[in-house]
Amino acid sequence: MGLYNKIIKKSIWVFHVSASPCNNCDIEILDLLTPGYDIERFGIKLVGSARHADVLLVTGVVSYKVAPRLKQLYEQAAKPLFVVGIGTCTTGGATFKTSYNKAGIPLEKVIPVNAYVPGCPPKPEAMIDGVVKLLGTLK
Amino acid sequence: MSKCRIPLGPFHPLLEEAEFFDIKVEGEKVIDIEMETGWMHRGHEKISETKSFTQSIYLVERICGICSTSHPFAAAHAMEDINNVEIPERGQYIRIFIGEMERIHSHLLWLGLAGHFIGYDTLWMWTWKYREPVLQIFEKVSGNRNHYAMFRVGGVGRDFDNALIPEIHPVLDMLEKKMLMIAGAAEDDPVLRSRLKGVGVLTKEDAINYCANGPTARASGVDIDVRRDDGLEYDLINFDVIVLPNGDVYDKLVLRVLEIIESVKIARQCLDAFPKVGGEYLNKVKHISPGEGIGRYEAPRGEVFHYIRSDGSNRPLRHKVRAPSFSNIPTYKASCVGIPLADALITLASVDPCYCCTERSIRVIDKNNQRLQHNLLTMSRDKTAALKKTIAGNEKTPIDRVFED
Repeated sequence: MGLYNKIIKKSIWVFHVSASPCNNCDIEILDLLTPGYDIERFGIKLVGSARHADVLLVTGVVSYKVAPRLKQLYEQAAKPLFVVGIGTCTTGGATFKTSYNKAGIPLEKVIPVNAYVPGCPPKPEAMIDGVVKLLGTLK
Repeated sequence: MSKCRIPLGPFHPLLEEAEFFDIKVEGEKVIDIEMETGWMHRGHEKISETKSFTQSIYLVERICGICSTSHPFAAAHAMEDINNVEIPERGQYIRIFIGEMERIHSHLLWLGLAGHFIGYDTLWMWTWKYREPVLQIFEKVSGNRNHYAMFRVGGVGRDFDNALIPEIHPVLDMLEKKMLMIAGAAEDDPVLRSRLKGVGVLTKEDAINYCANGPTARASGVDIDVRRDDGLEYDLINFDVIVLPNGDVYDKLVLRVLEIIESVKIARQCLDAFPKVGGEYLNKVKHISPGEGIGRYEAPRGEVFHYIRSDGSNRPLRHKVRAPSFSNIPTYKASCVGIPLADALITLASVDPCYCCTERSIRVIDKNNQRLQHNLLTMSRDKTAALKKTIAGNEKTPIDRVFED
């Protein structure tokens, strides 16, 4: 794992999964790529398929309809794979705590999770911090 | 020509939200399109019945993160409609300011994504660069970049700090200048013209038949805008409703650019009014009387409609939401059929669909994908019977009367 960890720290490909969120965390994730924050300078890149990804950024309360698809995406992605739950929805459910259509509060009920970034929505700085902290745990 | 079926989604690089399109093509040409929704359903209407009126406003804010002022705007209108609440003038100006700044950021967001979808990432990066100062204004005014939590029944929850006015004017000037530049670029740029002109045309007749609203309808020549038609807060200011005749994706892009410029003008009028209009910004409403009310607002995507019924308690008895995309999405049937597949994708994006807003109802199906034979009422009764059995055993209780019917 030593070599892998050394390489992955320099180039992280993320895939963004929107599992019934309110779109807000999603647009903040996209905001990271644009000139305001420009995370590509750290080698972090958004890719179009989970099969290419090193990190899954999952947002939203996972509804019963989307949960099987989310599991499928997790299984399709190449391992080792890190999962980051973005937003309060993935941790405590925010205002959707009492919803009847929630399969994933917290998200680890559906797929294994490595880190959470709470906030409604979390600021882009917080998301960068979360991913950097996650990478700090790699030896 | 051989026919085939192209599935698109639910997780697809084109789609920011989980959505499924079933596109039938003959060669390159799209001959039919079907879509499946329901991935983003979270049950807002039911949760709203368990929250107080003030909490409901914060809940409906989370229906959609992009138009997160439009839903509270309409919900507050609906609650004020029940009680005939008067809103202080300063509160009205703050509402308009927040609403218009949101329109600017939402339209900029769409412009960028439209550029991304046609493979023109330069446009994406540029427009999102201009969007960033707008979000920073929101952070200064309301404390959060996206969910502003400004609305209350009878006004706004927090005052606008007049000291921010000199900081906001330069941003508005910059936006107006850059939008004029983009409007000019759309005129000259061969990429945008050849990719968007005459693509995905929605005729005026179709727009009316499919009940399109918002920019989708206005780009097809239908003169409809809730801000002007309903009045309320917007009677305080002067603005033009922009209507373009052609109905193709190019017109929808130009319309949104022109609307940003119009919103900048509205925001300037609000900024000019803030120092003159002082005093209260919230008319505190202690109690909402029994009755029903409706509220409408022109969201960046079209008309948002909220219906609220109150029984005199502190919670809504029924809260119905209808989002603009609900009537805009079916226009795909008119605009996508008959055009090449490569153009269909930008046409799908051109109505600025928001599936989070749209998915308000759910259909219950069983394991074999068939509709359930028994309805939700019987399911509920079965559950109550099972609960009763665990709690009271076989003892007779008043609830048994229900099951004996």
